Amino acid sequence: MQFEASSLIPVLPEIFILSVACFVLVVDLFMEDRQRIISYFLTQAGLLVAVLVTLGVSQPEAQVVFDGSYVRDGMSDALKIGIYLISFVAFLYAKDYLRERDLFKGEYFVLGLFAVLGMMVMVSAYSFLTAYLGLELLSLSLYAMVAFDRDSKAGSEAAMKYFVLGAIASGMLLYGISMIYGATGSIEFEKVAAALTGTGMENKVLVFGLVFVVIGLAFKLGAVPFHMWMPDVYHGAPVTVTLFLGSAPKLAAFALAMRLLVDGLGPLHADWQGMLVVLAVLSMALGNVIAIAQTNIKRMLAYSTISHVGFILLGILAGTSEGYSASMFYTIVYAITSLGGFGIVILLSRQGFEAENLEDYKGLHERSPWFAAMMMLLMFSMAGVPPTVGFWAKLFVLDAVVSVDLVWVALVGVFFSIIGAFYYIRIVKLMYFDKPEAGELVTAGMDTRVVLSINGALMLVLGLFPAGLLALCARAIG
Amino acid sequence: MTFEKFLFYVFSAILVFAATMVITRRNPVHSALFLVLAFFTSSILWMLLEAEFLAIVLVLVYVGAVMVLFLFVVMMLDIDQAAMRAGFIKMLPVGLLVAGIMAVEMFLVVGPKYFGLDKYAMPAPHPADYSNTEELGNVLYTIYMYPVEIASVILLVGIIAAIGLTLRRRPDNKRIDPALQVQVKKGPDRIRVVKMPAEKKMEAK
Amino acid sequence: MDAFLDILWILIKIVAIVLPLMLCVAYYTLAERKVISYMQVRIGPNRVGPRGSLQPIADAVKLMFKEIILPTNANKTLFILAPMLSIGPALAAWAVFPFSEDLVLADINAGLLYLLALTSVGVYGVIIAGWASNSKYAFLSAIRCGAQIVAYEIAMGFALVVVLIAAGSLNLGDIVQAQAGSWGFLNWFWIPLLPIFVIYFVSGVAETNRAPFDVAEGESEIVAGFHVEYSGMTFAVFFLAEYANMILISALTAIMFMGGWLSPFHGIPLLGTLFDLVPGFIWLLLKTLVVAFLFLWFRATFPRYRYDQIMRLGWKVFIPITIVWIVLAGFFVAV
Repeated sequence: MQFEASSLIPVLPEIFILSVACFVLVVDLFMEDRQRIISYFLTQAGLLVAVLVTLGVSQPEAQVVFDGSYVRDGMSDALKIGIYLISFVAFLYAKDYLRERDLFKGEYFVLGLFAVLGMMVMVSAYSFLTAYLGLELLSLSLYAMVAFDRDSKAGSEAAMKYFVLGAIASGMLLYGISMIYGATGSIEFEKVAAALTGTGMENKVLVFGLVFVVIGLAFKLGAVPFHMWMPDVYHGAPVTVTLFLGSAPKLAAFALAMRLLVDGLGPLHADWQGMLVVLAVLSMALGNVIAIAQTNIKRMLAYSTISHVGFILLGILAGTSEGYSASMFYTIVYAITSLGGFGIVILLSRQGFEAENLEDYKGLHERSPWFAAMMMLLMFSMAGVPPTVGFWAKLFVLDAVVSVDLVWVALVGVFFSIIGAFYYIRIVKLMYFDKPEAGELVTAGMDTRVVLSINGALMLVLGLFPAGLLALCARAIG
Repeated sequence: MTFEKFLFYVFSAILVFAATMVITRRNPVHSALFLVLAFFTSSILWMLLEAEFLAIVLVLVYVGAVMVLFLFVVMMLDIDQAAMRAGFIKMLPVGLLVAGIMAVEMFLVVGPKYFGLDKYAMPAPHPADYSNTEELGNVLYTIYMYPVEIASVILLVGIIAAIGLTLRRRPDNKRIDPALQVQVKKGPDRIRVVKMPAEKKMEAK
Repeated sequence: MDAFLDILWILIKIVAIVLPLMLCVAYYTLAERKVISYMQVRIGPNRVGPRGSLQPIADAVKLMFKEIILPTNANKTLFILAPMLSIGPALAAWAVFPFSEDLVLADINAGLLYLLALTSVGVYGVIIAGWASNSKYAFLSAIRCGAQIVAYEIAMGFALVVVLIAAGSLNLGDIVQAQAGSWGFLNWFWIPLLPIFVIYFVSGVAETNRAPFDVAEGESEIVAGFHVEYSGMTFAVFFLAEYANMILISALTAIMFMGGWLSPFHGIPLLGTLFDLVPGFIWLLLKTLVVAFLFLWFRATFPRYRYDQIMRLGWKVFIPITIVWIVLAGFFVAV
């Protein structure tokens, strides 16, 4: 088997991000603390250039290189660009927060870039091995980022929990993969799918393998009953890391689920559909109900994430291309919304003060009417209130589920999102109808304010004109 | 029974014994050493499977490096053995039950029914000059080049994370900078002459 | 029956290797004392036998009849096991060693890997000895030694990787053959791989815990290190292991960088044909002796390194240099 240099072209975005990460790593060694901003700018420039690189190598038809371990198709291109942009914004929000807390180190951005690389690998994975390695690369970077504030006990504890549970999940996934390999004789998605179409489900090894793979996936996605790590990790990590953790990796997790279940185990759709229904229903129920009891906004958003994961799974379990594109739409919208939500938390935090409790949002309207309005849009979007984009996201997913005759699942989804609306709207109530306890003004840099405003406004703009993004998702899945 | 089969059973027995000792010994250092033995015997089993590269690398990496560092930590930690054993008897039935279920499941799934010799023919033994190392290298750097590269990046992230999370400049560290040492000049850097008024003579009493 | 004969034949070969080796070790200790004495303008041992030549035998007899003392609260099994674990790998490594073109016990393809694996296992003897002795000094030494050996093993492994890239084989015999050529000793790897040659040898010195890297024993700080509690034959076994390892490192250096059994004058018109008559084994022995002499020379002349300097040398100097050379070697081989 000869290695062909031309197969490197589709991988250019990965090579580029890896080079940027290594470059920042080395450059950062030679900088004083006050020049550290250069690492930040290099990282951000790298992410923006990566968008161009990805567009440059993009082609209408899918390409599979490296003997079937890497694929570049519409979905991978779209999701990669989404990952770059969301990471870009996540770093931008993080900048001031990190500087105030003496966490502004080159490693933060290097690890972030490696996490981005891991996500890219997951998005483009076309064999179980690559998917697993990408997942590990992402997870390892995230473990380190969660523990980034070394003096924070909660952070270290969260990182430890994340690490141990993540390792268990990886073990499950690998165990399942090994069984699937045993049953089909390959780890490449294409060959596995081909083998499965031939044999079907009579092989017991395959059933076990599938169960373990789904459990591993559910762990990584944070679907109930494998969600235990999420609230603690979201709570314990520095809020900038929570922001990063809760946004871009969701795109990668969606891609992972798509690649594993649809590309690899597609012929077993009838079997994993049932499992996903259980996961989705439980996630929507538990996430929304428990979120009501939370007083810490990071924990609340963690439970909200769990419920949103349920919705993402809804789209996938439908098993139609409408369902997949609805799910992708939902994931992108969720990532942008969560970016904005945590962005507001960062915005209100100052040196020595974390705006973590719900009380801290009392009377935000009087302190900063503009950002209160932004927060309101974001919360409405999470709840799925009409003019915002969150409404469309939920609608498309439910529509896809109904179209495959799973009406009861859709009804459960609607029911629990109504329950969920309570805690989102409670924040709006706190902001607009309660008296402020502290009178500090918002002290954020110009860049954060502008981007956050765009982020909030996007909820409304996309809500009014969802067709463009939807068409993009449909074409990516197509 | 052929000689190889005999060897296989001998080493398998040692492996099972060592693995049992790892979890039943009271002293954690003993457990770690039995784990070393377990690695060693499994490496020998791999050798019997004609996977000599993997066998040697298992010894080189796990026995030679990982377990040495692991032993280090175990030896230096003051582990409260009583606390470790607490609840052992109470938990034992549950543990045995889980282990039993897992064993049965594994037997059902990966047992001879699906992976027996009638399902998959026994691979022919390789000739004496067959180089496992060379074959692996050929595959790793062509077909699996992409995963190999990703794996190397994962290791790099591991290094960065470990150093980033643990490296602290301690103020009480008496570290010497050789570059500064070399730059020391003969004159004022080494010795400083301080002018002081002469002290008064002690008066004899 | 055939299998039984085969095993017997292998056992005979093993004895044929180990016995002379043990003899070499014994006289290496004498050589050490003599060489260092002369360097320090002393005479050295000269009482037992003519010019002290029976001194090692006397030492061995003395150690054999001494009592083996078990310290209180020592872990008995591990305490006894430790010396064996330390000499086992030192002897087993000779299995793949080519004494001349066709004189080798096991001519395996992955010989170099096997050697690497065995040298990495050697550290267990020291660590277990340090822990099982239930003594603070011994334990400190075990920790020092473990960290040092793990650190230098990496540099050593990378140096070997450069050699295998240059030779294109993991088989020790092939590595020697790759150094053959019409230029005699100018063909050997020590010229193109000079920095690697130095690094390998220095790492070898550190790996065997010899001066100037002998902090594991560090008499002035931790008495005698990991074997402070050992006496009699158990101590002697540690001693044997250390010297066997030194001879092994010397011989490997000769194999990998100094052309093994090849004649240094091969290719030179008159001299070459004359010296080609000398058996290869003699050449290998001479080269090994030269390197082994360096070990003694170091001990007589260098002061001991400080521990943090040892670590710095290993991690920050040797490993980066070897990595650069791996890249360079790969580049040259590819071109």
